[in-house]
Amino acid sequence: MTSPASAELATRERTTTLLGGEATDANLRRYLHGIPGIDAVGLEARAAGLGTRSIKTSSKRWAIDTIISLIDLTTLEGADTHGKVRSLVSKAVSPDPSSPDCPRVAAVCVYGDMVSVAVEALGAAHSARTPETPDAGIRVAAVATAFPSGRASLAVKLADVADAVSAGADEIDMVIDRGAFLSGRYGQVYDEIVAVKAACARADGADAHLKVILETGELNTYDNVRRASWLAILAGGDFIKTSTGKVAPAATLPVTLSMLEVVRDWHRLTGVKIGVKPAGGIRTSKDAIKYLVTVAETVGEEWLTPQLFRFGASSLLNDVLLQRQKMTTGHYSGPDYVTID
Amino acid sequence: MSFSSTSFLNYAPAPESTALLNLKPDYGLFINGDFQPGNGTPFQTISPATEKQIAMIASANEADVDTAVAAARRAYDRTWSRMSGSDRGKYLFRIARLMQERARELAVAESLDNGKPITESRDVDIPLAAAWFFYYAGWADKLDYAGVGPNPAALGVAAQVIPWNFPLLMLAWKIAPALAAGNTVVLKPAETTPLTALLFAEILQQADLPAGVVNIITGAGSTGQALVNHPDVNKVAFTGSTAVGRMIARSVAGTGKKLTLELGGKGANIVFDDAPIDQAIEGIISGVFFNQGHVCCAGSRLLVQESIHDEVIDRLKARMSTLRVGDPLDKNTDVGAINSAEQLQRIRELSDIGEQEGAERWSPDCALPQNGFWFAPTIFTNVSTSHRIARDEVFGPVLSVLTFRTPAEAIAKANNTPYGLSAGIWSDKGSRILAVADKLRAGVIWANTFNKFDPASPFGGYKESGYGREGGRHGLAAYLAPAARPGSRARTAAISAKAGSAKASTEKVSTEKAAAARKKATK
Repeated sequence: MTSPASAELATRERTTTLLGGEATDANLRRYLHGIPGIDAVGLEARAAGLGTRSIKTSSKRWAIDTIISLIDLTTLEGADTHGKVRSLVSKAVSPDPSSPDCPRVAAVCVYGDMVSVAVEALGAAHSARTPETPDAGIRVAAVATAFPSGRASLAVKLADVADAVSAGADEIDMVIDRGAFLSGRYGQVYDEIVAVKAACARADGADAHLKVILETGELNTYDNVRRASWLAILAGGDFIKTSTGKVAPAATLPVTLSMLEVVRDWHRLTGVKIGVKPAGGIRTSKDAIKYLVTVAETVGEEWLTPQLFRFGASSLLNDVLLQRQKMTTGHYSGPDYVTID
Repeated sequence: MSFSSTSFLNYAPAPESTALLNLKPDYGLFINGDFQPGNGTPFQTISPATEKQIAMIASANEADVDTAVAAARRAYDRTWSRMSGSDRGKYLFRIARLMQERARELAVAESLDNGKPITESRDVDIPLAAAWFFYYAGWADKLDYAGVGPNPAALGVAAQVIPWNFPLLMLAWKIAPALAAGNTVVLKPAETTPLTALLFAEILQQADLPAGVVNIITGAGSTGQALVNHPDVNKVAFTGSTAVGRMIARSVAGTGKKLTLELGGKGANIVFDDAPIDQAIEGIISGVFFNQGHVCCAGSRLLVQESIHDEVIDRLKARMSTLRVGDPLDKNTDVGAINSAEQLQRIRELSDIGEQEGAERWSPDCALPQNGFWFAPTIFTNVSTSHRIARDEVFGPVLSVLTFRTPAEAIAKANNTPYGLSAGIWSDKGSRILAVADKLRAGVIWANTFNKFDPASPFGGYKESGYGREGGRHGLAAYLAPAARPGSRARTAAISAKAGSAKASTEKVSTEKAAAARKKATK
């Protein structure tokens, strides 16, 4: 295992090489603004085109189970309680009690103070976290860095992260400072992500995976989304994530497509695979299948694993389960035939 | 596309059902409101994806053409020219609504007969065809504002010959403005794609359109020739190859018939180094692989700035590898079948010549079906402006890639073609788009998009791509003459038309009866 300090150094060195200088506002600006722009109409047309793929029979069956295995089952409410989190965990472990072959979700996603409750509730179902079996079990993801607004000092944000990591979080979903980004202080955004990444180091030597939330609804333009995606990846994010779910619009297909294109280009440039997580607003199987198609046709279907793609969602799971039951039994049941968490 | 059988991208078949098609085993000519047998030898129309027969189609000989034109003349004199614009508009609205109601059926028939993917016929051809009727329905009672002065007159009988690449859409482009302007029509669909025109004839019966206002006659080139040369026709509208267009122009010259031609093209798609690259790649793809490249305004010449050539080609190849070639009726097919054996032969010939001339040929690894007519999406790099694949219209899924260094060179190369139908410009810089567009000699120029059509937007070519405009107010003007007033230019034109016809009759090319009819029409 590399030490956090040396990992941080490697990230900064890679950035310096790509930028031809330190990660200053000016150098980052030159780099990020040199990336080809996005034509919004064309991007949306391409996303709509991908959305017309017709996924039927065996392809649909595979898609349904894959979607379940890619879900970060989420509860992020002020009203969350231990009971609510335990209920969520039991849903994550056994999404459809009537169907033992139903896959488990990828992770549960909670606020930092609920991490220990989730870890305890998962028990043996919790991710084994060994490099040999990275996917064995369900992971615990925590939102951090003064989620959702990100309006706190860096010290508070880092403490937030360290707290969740020490409670046993496998993944940290951080928010970028959108204010800093929109006012052109790219260096600050970069430094914060690098610092949060360092704070993801765990006592057992493994790193909590870092998902960087861009909050695309506040960035407003696709060009901004593309630049923020590059920035987050440059700074060492393992995943780029669309939204907190607290701002509308949250995940949309065109936004996710534009982020997937960045991930594809980064892979071409460096050989490194970065994950993508659309979150918020994906509620139906039909919508989720469009995302699978978009992933497969943009970056390739090897991205359709929990290491590289997630859905941040809560109500999506039950719609997928209804579809799954329908494919098994041949008829639609109703909302009373899936459990509320 | 070759994916392993376990691959998600190897999407399970999703065929559109043909169950709602209610086709007859054979179709007659649609003349004077009814189907009737033709006097020529019937021919079969096949599905280019399977080579299986769909139906037998009647063939019109000269006598049938004469009957059809006479029916159109009668309908013009007795009904259509006397009807108010708002009443004509009601019929057009009715036709448009019926096309929407039967959209699915029309889409399936179109894909079956033409070979184009069902997603294209479903999402582009049929909705646009209906939109054309809706658009011109609105014009029918507003002809005073069509740009030819107050109280303009219809021309009379319009002879229309359309191609096989967008069968129903080209029919709509021709018939909708003609009827809105008060003309009656004899239309000949292409020999390989008559099916949707015949379903359209059923729609006209459903709409209760007065008999003879629209007549649809099927047949080969000779039928079309007889139609455009018929002496009692006042207007000829043709979409198709430049070679045939030239023949028509020659035969129509001096007859007083008004003529619009929409012919071939070799569109330049210009990609500057500041282009939105992912969208440009999509635009290149849809520019040349949309409808198997059977598009007169296809962006078949890619002009890419030298500094980004390699990157664009890399990305283009990666994107082409995701194109799905196959069953036109499968909802996931991107590229369907080539329309005919003849067209496939031409595409193969020109592609082979491209290789012989030294251009580098590339196609993605894709399995083509056994039966039917297929050609894998293909790009040629290292193409010079002197190569035939850079000059001749291939009319297939074949892209020639050329490079340029400066905007001036891009403009010069883009214009260096006998054609001038379409062009595309890809750049993030608005001022450059406007400056370059201003200097391109092409009828349609798209900026950061390609192959977009709208009934309100005129379409047509420069140079050998034809003359006249279709679509919008300009498309309407092609079917109207200014009201004749003493001393006006229109009157002078009418007189010279009469003189032309008088001369023709002395040469015994046209009958006296026809000359009289034309005289009436040009009044």
